[in-house]
Amino acid sequence: MYGAMTTTEVERPAPTPRGPTEARRRRVAGLGLLAALLLVAAAASLAVGARALSPAEVWHGLFAAPESDQRLTEIRLIVQTVRVPRTVLAVVAGIALGVGGALIQGYTRNPIADTGLLGVNSGASFAVVSGIAAFGFTSPFQYVWFGFAGAAAAGAVVFGLSSIGRGAGNPLTLALAGQGVTVFLAAMTTAVALTDKASLNALRFWNAGSLTGVGFDVIWPVSAFIAAGLLLALTTLPSVNLLNLGDDVARGLGVNTALTRTVGIVAITLLAGAATAACGPIAFLGLMVAHVARYLTGPDYRWLVPYAGLLGAVVLLVCDIVGRLVVRPGELDAGVVVSLLGAPFFAVLVWRGKFKSA
Amino acid sequence: MVVQSITGTETEVDGASRLAARAVTVGYGSRSVIDGLDVAIPPGVITTIIGPNGCGKSTLLRTLSRLLKPTGGTVVLDGEDIAALRTRDVAKKLGLLPQAPVAPEGLTVSDLVARGRHPHQSWLRQWSSDDADVVRQALAMTGVSDLADRPVDSLSGGQRQRVWISMTLAQGTDLLLLDEPTTYLDLAHAVDVLDLVDDLHESGRTVVMVLHDLNLAARYSDNLVVMREGAILAQGHPRDVITAGLLHEAFGLRAKVIDDPVGDRPLIVPIGRTHVELDRSAPELVK
Amino acid sequence: MDMRADGTDAAVDVKADVRTSVVPGVRFGGLSFVWRPWIAGVTLLLAVAGFLVFCLSIGVGDFPIGLPRVLATILGRGEQVDEFVITDLRMPRALAGLVVGVALGVSGALTQSIARNPLASPDVLGITSGAGAVAVFLVTVSGGAATAVADSVGLSAAALAGGLGTGLLVYFMAWRRGIDGFRLILIGISVNAVMQAITTWLLVTADIRDVARAQAWLVGSLDNRSWGEVHVALWCTLVLLVVVTTVAFQFKPLHFGDEVAAGLGVRYGTVRAVLLLCAVLLAGVAVSAAGPVPFVALVAPQVAMRLARCPTPPLVASGLVGALLLTGSDLLARTALPVSLPVGVVTAAIGGPFLVYLLVRANRR
Repeated sequence: MYGAMTTTEVERPAPTPRGPTEARRRRVAGLGLLAALLLVAAAASLAVGARALSPAEVWHGLFAAPESDQRLTEIRLIVQTVRVPRTVLAVVAGIALGVGGALIQGYTRNPIADTGLLGVNSGASFAVVSGIAAFGFTSPFQYVWFGFAGAAAAGAVVFGLSSIGRGAGNPLTLALAGQGVTVFLAAMTTAVALTDKASLNALRFWNAGSLTGVGFDVIWPVSAFIAAGLLLALTTLPSVNLLNLGDDVARGLGVNTALTRTVGIVAITLLAGAATAACGPIAFLGLMVAHVARYLTGPDYRWLVPYAGLLGAVVLLVCDIVGRLVVRPGELDAGVVVSLLGAPFFAVLVWRGKFKSA
Repeated sequence: MVVQSITGTETEVDGASRLAARAVTVGYGSRSVIDGLDVAIPPGVITTIIGPNGCGKSTLLRTLSRLLKPTGGTVVLDGEDIAALRTRDVAKKLGLLPQAPVAPEGLTVSDLVARGRHPHQSWLRQWSSDDADVVRQALAMTGVSDLADRPVDSLSGGQRQRVWISMTLAQGTDLLLLDEPTTYLDLAHAVDVLDLVDDLHESGRTVVMVLHDLNLAARYSDNLVVMREGAILAQGHPRDVITAGLLHEAFGLRAKVIDDPVGDRPLIVPIGRTHVELDRSAPELVK
Repeated sequence: MDMRADGTDAAVDVKADVRTSVVPGVRFGGLSFVWRPWIAGVTLLLAVAGFLVFCLSIGVGDFPIGLPRVLATILGRGEQVDEFVITDLRMPRALAGLVVGVALGVSGALTQSIARNPLASPDVLGITSGAGAVAVFLVTVSGGAATAVADSVGLSAAALAGGLGTGLLVYFMAWRRGIDGFRLILIGISVNAVMQAITTWLLVTADIRDVARAQAWLVGSLDNRSWGEVHVALWCTLVLLVVVTTVAFQFKPLHFGDEVAAGLGVRYGTVRAVLLLCAVLLAGVAVSAAGPVPFVALVAPQVAMRLARCPTPPLVASGLVGALLLTGSDLLARTALPVSLPVGVVTAAIGGPFLVYLLVRANRR
């Protein structure tokens, strides 16, 4: 390349000097607090919407036996077929995207890595649109598998492109590679969508990143993939800490860098792919959440990742709830709300010099 | 005495400095790196600024070359405040070679050196015959004429540094400022480059350098400026300035200063904890 | 002749070797320019090729017109029936392709030079996504069923304003005691994302007929260009090109970094700001005329650089390659594909693999 290339450094707040057990206790407490927050948000998600429900009504909706009372049956319907799947999906996808975002940042040593920047979203869109155009899919259950495959493929391509040889540590290459692949796939998606009206219609709704319209027939398999991804991720967390010291240092300490990277990519692909396949593209969630988590826990990935997961679930739930409230009785899709929040967050981070170029 | 530069311009040098800093304060944000510093660069000699890491030597050089703007005080070039001069005019009088400069991939040596003529060119006059002559001379002076068509990134570190010096020569200035010109070079090439710098000053140029290597600084400079924590500790000829006491005060270094066996300058021999036999060689330092 | 400080002649040390090759110059009166035959030759060839493709593009359509007749009509000596088809129907589109291609090519060359990164493009600065958001807003909210000429000129101007506004926003957010290429790109990416989120939401709430029209505009298209639009784009581009060529001379030392450039007397802050503004304006003009055509601004400077064997993107050649690429892609989009698709699809199909190639090459080193 001509001219000077730049590198980045993420500024970390100075660690407060306390003993290790004290820090551990603090982190466990923090995790507990987040879990509690998650429960509150989930409860709110069940209650809030175009038709607000009181806690008693929510309880009825969840647990009461089928009754002949019209009103209670209605409430049960809302709670069980609309609110519960939506809430569960938000939690599951939120955890997946939060963990995925934190992991990508760990593996690429790259403060701006995010599944949205990896082309995962446009890969899923292209696959979904092609599936609908080619096979006439109509229900999420049918095209979610396509979406998953497309997301995984695109993510792997971008990740691979920016990991060859010397570009492995360069955040700019990743961002630009992701941008390029995204634009390319977006154009191809439009090409397909313009020739097939059904897919055009499905595409615009898909793009918004919506948590609605997805039933448990999709949520169960998606959760299974996400669970698999989480398991894989957990096994590699200690190695990620070492990888952050540089490949050479990690190898010197006995880490099999190639294996760890591969397992990591598979985990990230499972997590991001499954979440995107179920909800559509949600960008910036992982990025935002990973940074907040790092601020809370410091650079230890064994804590950072769980925090990121819980934070992701909380943020996604909150965004979904906000989306239900701001344009009542209509709805703003969760993905749109997250982008409207996340992108300025990211911009402010850059503006305040959290990413320095050497 | 009149000195003629490479392009034939004549300057009156009467012993007074052409470049000086007066009560200069430089900082980043609220932090001052240099505070109220005075220094005058004597003409026609090699001045080297040395000091421990973070003492402000690079900052001083960059302030003198107008890369940094002082928050207080002025830098004076030929009697005028350097900040008031047009950038092009400064470039015609003062040549700067920053640390680790980068050239676009594939650029040839002659193209790079030719770029040094930029302050003398304009949109309509992009490559006069004068420019071509000066570039040829600059290439010859640093001995890289036969490398003229090669890409800069295919050269060795030492050759590359010569090419960059060639570029600053093509600028046709009498003042040369070099920021750590030898830091990335092995010793043989470093000596080579410094010999070249010495040749250049012999033809009447004033050189100001920042160097890391104290012994090279002692050998090649006529005027040493020793800095510590943003202030000048001592200034003068290496023979006068380099003493064990000063080295300790400026660098926290324990050393013995002897006469350079191959020259007429002082040589610094560092003393650490191990591998020294003080009883035999420096009994006065045994505690 | 150099003299030593003590007055003795130093001529003996400085025998300039007259055989040393420095770049030849072309000199005339007081003017002088560098003469690089290879680059001049390539540029000339590109211009000729561009003109040929332009004529071909005019000739192609439901009513095919052979090359000789096209040339005759352009020179003003064509037949009546050809004149109507060419000047009223075909020429605006073909000319738009040329102008937009040039604007994108030059804008890309400038962006890549300023960011010092071969993978940068003006799209990254948020211009295209900002223009897109405004355009989609107009199409979906104010009832897009009518496609009168006034409507489309209004759309272009609004898109231009949206694009420029976004570009300026990115610039100011990235400014911090000067412009850093790295920060510029990062902020551009995030502003892009916000604009895209807005666009997505607008599409979700719109009528399906408007959505198709919006999507087609969003991918970049040369359909239905009017003479009005083309004139505006042409003159804006010409003015900007004049500004760019005069200022670009000052930009050359900037390829060596800010410090060396300052040492050579360049006021790099001002020069960079002016050129960046020109890049933004050129991209804005392009977007308003053809929508956000992807990859041309990225690919054209890189191809031009390789063809002309330059270490940095050459401005004129990049513009010509851009024109060739866009007009050629439009030709392909109209003829080679079974169904007529917007030109943006073809440029993406070419540009995507090229980007992959660039990345692999960049990382292989």
